[in-house]
Amino acid sequence: MKKLINAAENVVREALLGMQAAHEDRIRVSLDPAYIVRKDSPQPGKVGLVSGGGSGHEPMHGGYVGRGMLDAACPGQIFTSPTPDQIFEASKAVSGGAGVLHVVKNYTGDVMNFDLAAEMLREEGIAVESVLVDDDVAVENSLYTAGRRGVGLTVIMEKLLGAAAEKGAALAELKQLGESIRGSGRSMGMALTPCTVPQAGKPSFTLADDEMELGIGIHGEPGRRRVKLAAADEIASMLMDPVLRDLPFVHGDEVLLFVNGMGGTPLIELYVLYRRAAEIAGEQGLKVVRNLVGSYITSLEMAGCSITLLKMNERLIDLWDAPVDTPALRN
Amino acid sequence: MTMNNLTIEGARRWIETAATLIEQNSTLLTELDTAIGDGDHGSNMARGFGAVRKKLETANATDVGAVFKLAGMTLISTVGGAAGPLYGGFFLAMAKASAGKTTLAQVDLEQAVAGGLADIKRRGKAEVGDKTMVDALTPAVEALQSPTATDLGAASRAAADAARKGAEGTTPLQARKGRASYLGERSIGHQDPGATSCWLLLEALALATADC
Repeated sequence: MKKLINAAENVVREALLGMQAAHEDRIRVSLDPAYIVRKDSPQPGKVGLVSGGGSGHEPMHGGYVGRGMLDAACPGQIFTSPTPDQIFEASKAVSGGAGVLHVVKNYTGDVMNFDLAAEMLREEGIAVESVLVDDDVAVENSLYTAGRRGVGLTVIMEKLLGAAAEKGAALAELKQLGESIRGSGRSMGMALTPCTVPQAGKPSFTLADDEMELGIGIHGEPGRRRVKLAAADEIASMLMDPVLRDLPFVHGDEVLLFVNGMGGTPLIELYVLYRRAAEIAGEQGLKVVRNLVGSYITSLEMAGCSITLLKMNERLIDLWDAPVDTPALRN
Repeated sequence: MTMNNLTIEGARRWIETAATLIEQNSTLLTELDTAIGDGDHGSNMARGFGAVRKKLETANATDVGAVFKLAGMTLISTVGGAAGPLYGGFFLAMAKASAGKTTLAQVDLEQAVAGGLADIKRRGKAEVGDKTMVDALTPAVEALQSPTATDLGAASRAAADAARKGAEGTTPLQARKGRASYLGERSIGHQDPGATSCWLLLEALALATADC
């Protein structure tokens, strides 16, 4: 294992201290329990938007704390969901009297810990709602699994809900907006190489030089199928086809196309992929009205990418274009 | 000579032994989790039980329930993942069943552990055969309830052995809950890490109640 770290057990804490040092104009960091909040928290009368999850997906979620996006983020250990006390304290810190909305990726641990925190917050008289993100079409049979995972759509969800919250949307309205975004977005990912959790010291799986893993999540877990390495254009099809089929996206739909890097893939390759993905969208009669290209939800140093499509409308376009000022996403 | 009752001291010894066993087997748990999960079960469990052991050193527990409550609250705030709420909830349910009691007779312990199992099943929405902690814990509870176990020590030994068999029995199963379920058929052939840490917890109970 070759990593830019001091000691495996200190990575999360030292990265938090680094974020504080780098972005103290925008965010405030608490170490015990660990969370990041907007520097100007709480915002009176505004719904507090709180997310969180395991670390190792940077810039998500901490990088998205700021005006027009998240009010708080709760980082767990690497690939491990945060604990209820973190979520509880972070939610209290950003509660401005209009309630708190939790954005939760659909993983067993995340759901359980956010549920426990929500129970604790309600006991304190704070109104809490949550929106689940489960956009990963690679999970085929939701009946016999923990359900679809939350992946790329999470970033888009946080941007759109953040903009709506900033414009003064009430808790119930935000919850409804979140559910509608959840119902209109789909993703699929792939890996060229595995990643290594510092404390594990070894890669989470192995891939031969001529293999790739299709349908991966964001925790270095192996995917659904291992296939022969293919060219970027073919990979674009392998990801776009199941995404398009699933919703389905149909001729005439306006969409946001998000090509995301898993952490170890350079931007130049993401653009190679975006080129073909946008062509495929066009061939299907979709109109790509907004896009995002870059590494926004990652799995440490994993090489690979994911594609997310979200059906857009006038309101969502307006929210997407609204001002955002966070460490990792600004306009 | 084995124990007939689980005292406050016995409950402490159970958890301390569990912390030691989990620490010693942390690499094993992580390897099992790397195969079908995300490779953090060993370090998360070791961190959580280590924190519980540390808190127990200074805690002044006046009943068995207080020992379990301290363990549950600490695990919830230190383990993370799904294991945190699941193991934390297990101990909190046991705390509820043993609140105010300074010793647990065999039947009390049975009921407490059964309550813990019920909490795990409710929270995790898992049943036997889903390749989870439930597969180790269910046969352990059945063993604790078996009339052939003549005292607490013997019952705990039977429970630990049953949990071990249950954990080993997860190998041919396809996961239907938790992160391993995303692998589909590829989860077959690997022992479940959560079921394995459950076995270690029961093994610790057997060791802690064996000789005194």
